[in-house]
Amino acid sequence: MSNLIPEYLLVILAGVVAGTVTRVILLRIDYRQYPGYPHGYLGHLFLGFIASILGAVAIPAIMEPDFAAATFLALAAQQFREIRNIERRTLESLERSELVRRGLDYIEGIARTFEARNYLVMGTAFVTSLAAQLGGPAAAFAVAILAVLLSRYFMSGQVVGSICAVVPARISFKGAILMVDEIGIMNVGLKVMRDKILQEGLAVKLIPRDGNARSTLHDIGQRNAIAFTASVILGSKKDVDIPEFTPLARKNPDTGEVGLYIMPVERDMEQLIAAVKLTPVLESARSKPLKAGSSIKAAKEQVKST
Amino acid sequence: MSDEQVGTILAIVTLQMSMVGEGTPVFLARNEEEQQKVAGYLSKILDANVHDLENGSLILVKH
Repeated sequence: MSNLIPEYLLVILAGVVAGTVTRVILLRIDYRQYPGYPHGYLGHLFLGFIASILGAVAIPAIMEPDFAAATFLALAAQQFREIRNIERRTLESLERSELVRRGLDYIEGIARTFEARNYLVMGTAFVTSLAAQLGGPAAAFAVAILAVLLSRYFMSGQVVGSICAVVPARISFKGAILMVDEIGIMNVGLKVMRDKILQEGLAVKLIPRDGNARSTLHDIGQRNAIAFTASVILGSKKDVDIPEFTPLARKNPDTGEVGLYIMPVERDMEQLIAAVKLTPVLESARSKPLKAGSSIKAAKEQVKST
Repeated sequence: MSDEQVGTILAIVTLQMSMVGEGTPVFLARNEEEQQKVAGYLSKILDANVHDLENGSLILVKH
């Protein structure tokens, strides 16, 4: 077996390198989702490294053949589910001291993403080492690049900008009610606050493109995520003793349009629109009632016939 | 998700004592200016939102 080691070394190395590179790239493109603690980066890179080793050694294990060794992949899955828990717990405990909160839905989405990324890393490592085994270094290189691009594509997901139009809106007061265009947001009792909001507040309106988008915006967690992203990018004037400045997103119950109000540090409408558009559509909020049409029709007919 | 929870009324600042009942601390203000000032202070002290009922009473609500 010792004479085989150099050959497998190349196979395993190819997989490990490709997998780790995938992890680094996925860590970079999602800066908005990541708080950016150096220790967190290190932890995730190392876990990505382990995932790619697991993916890479699967091929030599099958070639040897040592099928028992391939079953440790199941163990790996267990391990990565743990990552989701760790990530969720970290974010949840930080949430308590956050002025503008992410919301549980967003946290769940982030945690799930972190878990899924490790599977992608493992997959990349696996196919790369397979290519290295079957087609040599050149094939491994080509497959690795393809796999990296593919995982980037898979992880990019939908954004709010692709399901609804985001337009600037006007802030006004109807008595004490803060209005974003025709949508009532909240009741502001202090006159000084009303004046300040009128002068320094910003608002946009989200107009859903279809019924699916409307039902996604209907989700409180999704709206929370939008408000959170906006206040991360533009900053928020909110403080513990100024709850009036909490960014809020409320919907028009008749049209499903959503008005977002924020007290930004950086008063830049273009930035705000970009931030809202870039907010990821949460997996838990995503729904497609329009696609259910055909089965609902069938159910209706069944009801009629009975 | 603090903004989704049901609020609790912590205090009432009113111009007309007859408009409010018991159960919550009530502060009587002589005029609108004083009412706004007292509500503003209480808002800072209690970290609460001030809402206007538009009947002469301001309520302080913790969301």
